Amino acid sequence: MHSFDLALIWAFIIGFGVIMYVLMDGFDLGVGILFPFAPDEASRDVMMNSVAPVWDGNETWLVLGGAGLLAAFPLVYTILLPALYIGVFLLLAGLIFRGVAFEFRFKARTSRYLWNWAFAGGSTVASFAQGAVVGAYIQGFETANKVYVGGALDWLTPFTVLTGLGMLAGYALLGSTWLILKTEGELQDWAYRITTPLLATVLVVFGIVSVWTPFVNDMVRERWFSTIDVIWVLPVLALLCAFQIFRSVRRRFNGMPFVATMGLFIFTYLGLLVSRWPYVVPPNYTIWDASSAYDSQLFLLLGLLFVIPIILTYTAWTYWVFRGKVRAGEGYH
Amino acid sequence: MDLDPLLLSRIQFAFVVSFHAIFPVFTIGLASFIAVLEGLAFKTGNPVWRTLSGFWTRVFAVVFGMGVVSGIVMSFQFGTNWSNFAQASANFLGPVLSYEVLTAFFLEAAFLGVLLFGRDKVPAGVHLLAAVMVATGTLISTFWILAANSWMQTPAGVEMQNGMFHVTSWAEALFNPSFPYRFGHMVMASFLTGSFVVSGVSAWYLLRNREVEANRKALSMCLWLILVLAPAQVLIGDAHGLNTLEHQPYKVAAMEGNWETQSHVPLLLFALPDRESQSNLFEVGIPGLASLILKHDINGVVPGLRDIPRDEQPVVPVVFWSFRIMVAMGLMMVLFAILGLVLRRNGRYWKTPWFLQGLRFMSIAPFIAVETGWFVTETGRAPWLVYGMMTQAEAVTPSLTGAMALFTLIGYMVVYAAVFSAGLYYLMRVLYVGMEEHEEDYDSDRPARPLSAAHVPFEYGDDNAGSHHPSAPQGGN
Ligand code: HDD
Ligand code: HEM
Ligand code: HEM
Repeated sequence: MHSFDLALIWAFIIGFGVIMYVLMDGFDLGVGILFPFAPDEASRDVMMNSVAPVWDGNETWLVLGGAGLLAAFPLVYTILLPALYIGVFLLLAGLIFRGVAFEFRFKARTSRYLWNWAFAGGSTVASFAQGAVVGAYIQGFETANKVYVGGALDWLTPFTVLTGLGMLAGYALLGSTWLILKTEGELQDWAYRITTPLLATVLVVFGIVSVWTPFVNDMVRERWFSTIDVIWVLPVLALLCAFQIFRSVRRRFNGMPFVATMGLFIFTYLGLLVSRWPYVVPPNYTIWDASSAYDSQLFLLLGLLFVIPIILTYTAWTYWVFRGKVRAGEGYH
Repeated sequence: MDLDPLLLSRIQFAFVVSFHAIFPVFTIGLASFIAVLEGLAFKTGNPVWRTLSGFWTRVFAVVFGMGVVSGIVMSFQFGTNWSNFAQASANFLGPVLSYEVLTAFFLEAAFLGVLLFGRDKVPAGVHLLAAVMVATGTLISTFWILAANSWMQTPAGVEMQNGMFHVTSWAEALFNPSFPYRFGHMVMASFLTGSFVVSGVSAWYLLRNREVEANRKALSMCLWLILVLAPAQVLIGDAHGLNTLEHQPYKVAAMEGNWETQSHVPLLLFALPDRESQSNLFEVGIPGLASLILKHDINGVVPGLRDIPRDEQPVVPVVFWSFRIMVAMGLMMVLFAILGLVLRRNGRYWKTPWFLQGLRFMSIAPFIAVETGWFVTETGRAPWLVYGMMTQAEAVTPSLTGAMALFTLIGYMVVYAAVFSAGLYYLMRVLYVGMEEHEEDYDSDRPARPLSAAHVPFEYGDDNAGSHHPSAPQGGN
């Protein structure tokens, strides 16, 4: 046996990468989801400017996640991607459209409305696909002999449609609280106004999902009811965050709604992880079954330990450079 | 009709990767060119270098952006369409591709923003450093991705245990037998691409008398570079072929259209290879030359395709013709290198219209050579995916149906057509608007988004076209 349990370290790294991605790309996807509903075109300029400097870096966490999974837990990569085949395509197509919309909308004049649609449509499709992936993950995958054997659309069930919608609402909430933080005046007022209804939607959908989950999956049910004495902490913390969002919006705090929304996401995410741990390809395979060779995990870990701190430093630096409110007329033209 | 998921996956992979390849092959060359321009600007203080570097950085931004977007698709292809292969080779390919992302990511995060947006915000030395780091980063990326691909061509340093490759030696696996040749050939190809695109565009500007001084300098630099690179590429290509003969003899047989193991093999200039009759229906060749090139002996015995069963043979016409097109492009490049040298003797290289016109057309030659080169390499490997160890049929995703593969294939085609025609169109706009800078735009830009470094409106007619009227002469003439 090797002295370190590298699979455990890698599970931690990938778990960290995923939540980084969800929080960071989440708010800029959310801004895209809210885009068509913005008060006017000038607000849209500001909305896009508020995420323009950072969305690119945010999305790179996804690429890192994909490659990292192949390296550390190939089984996850090689079962989830075939199982979610169509969903993955929709996700990528959405991300492509929205990525180029960022670049071209600011340059476009007469064709601007097209890029508006590309941005909003791409963000919405990509977010829904991600939510459906979470739902499919809770459902589990039909495998035999370490290979996916289900059909093309097994992932698409009423349950995953609901989690897809939940993700849409959740990202929209991240987006609206981000806008509260980054904007002022009319646009900020609008963001304040929509946050409470969005929060209500999120709570309702998350609530239904939570009640439904034990019926979708036996293992989760057992896990929940056998460890109820510990596990109750997570939903309670999540609810506290929700309350905090509600309260801070009423008092028109600037930063707190966003921070509390991130909290809501983190505790929900932890809840999901705890329900499934240590299965990475539910219902059959644990992180140890899914691992690549020890040497391969080690080989990559050495480089990662060197590069990740640099990436984090740079990311923090960019956010620092672009701190403060985004104003109309600033940025692009 | 039955849709074959294997065939559709092959078409899909060929489509998305051929598409992706266009962008990096150009950015790798251009990044180094920009680094050199920045170095010259830093050293001499001559504003011409700064103008040139500013302009080409704008082009770089657009192409790089498209490279990133199409690259994201690539990293998911292995899992969606080739999951058995991904599973089997994860121990090696996983870390290697992750390192590629990490190094590309690293460079992008740390230095690209500074290169694109930081000229007036950081000291000149830091800006130069950023340019050098971006160039280095693209080469590091090339290293990883070609290590991965070469390993699939000539696998080494691994052993198969329970259906998975396990790495026994990282050094042997990374520096596998064909890696040095492929890496050298590819880096050369990228530099040639950069040189020919820059010289083609400069030639076009010169034909229109625009920014003559800057474009003449750029053209001159590129022609010197081509003079060295084009012949070198032919030599490396030859060495690459010899290496392939050693490790993948039947790929070479397909390249040469040689069906029978024999001596005195002719070098075929034209042929119609036919799988049914296992021979060429028609051929024109130079007797003995292929033996001479491949074995350095006119009596050399070269392996022929009939040695292996029909279903292990690659699709001969594709390999055969792609190879000829690549070589033809290579020879054309050498020709232009020599023409440039001849015309330079009396200083006419930048005002000889037919030469400049020729260079304009040559700017697509490297792209054709690169794509056909990859067709040789990849189709010639069939039916193997990991040569001698894993076939394409074993590699494909078991749950994949023909309908699914067809759906995404059409989907990618539609998405790419929409997105990349917009990109290409915009690139043309950047080139049309040309080198003058819109300084007032600079402050308001923000880093980390490649394309916005190009300050050109999307549609025609919105820029103040009068200031760069095509026929308005500018600069010394
Ligand atoms: C010889 C060069 C070369 C080749 C053959 C490939 N790539 Fe590439 N790739 C690059 C050279 C490159 C690059 C120059 O490094 C890019 C272009 C833009 C960039 O950021 O890096 C890049 C971008 C790029 C990205 C985006 C990285 C980012 O977000 O910064 C991904 C995920 C991939 N590639 C993946 C692939 C895969 C899976 C390939 C093959 C199957 C592949 N590339 C072939
Ligand atoms: C960027 C330049 C590249 C181009 C233009 C290219 C081109 C192609 C083409 C045309 C095919 C189809 C061959 C056939 O099925 O007959 C193919 C297949 C394939 N190539 Fe490449 N390739 C490139 C780089 C790579 C790299 C870097 C890798 C791996 C790291 C790779 C891995 C594969 C795989 C997995 C297949 C699918 C199996 C197959 O269809 O043969 N390719 N490529
Ligand atoms: C006349 C000179 C040339 C010769 C003799 C030559 C030879 C070769 C050979 C033998 C291969 C296949 C190697 C294999 O699959 O094992 C190859 C591939 C390739 N060639 Fe060339 N080549 C020449 C010119 C060029 C030029 C001018 C370019 C581009 C500017 C180019 C780009 C490529 C690329 C991108 C590949 C695929 C990647 C690789 O396998 O290295 N070649 N070449």
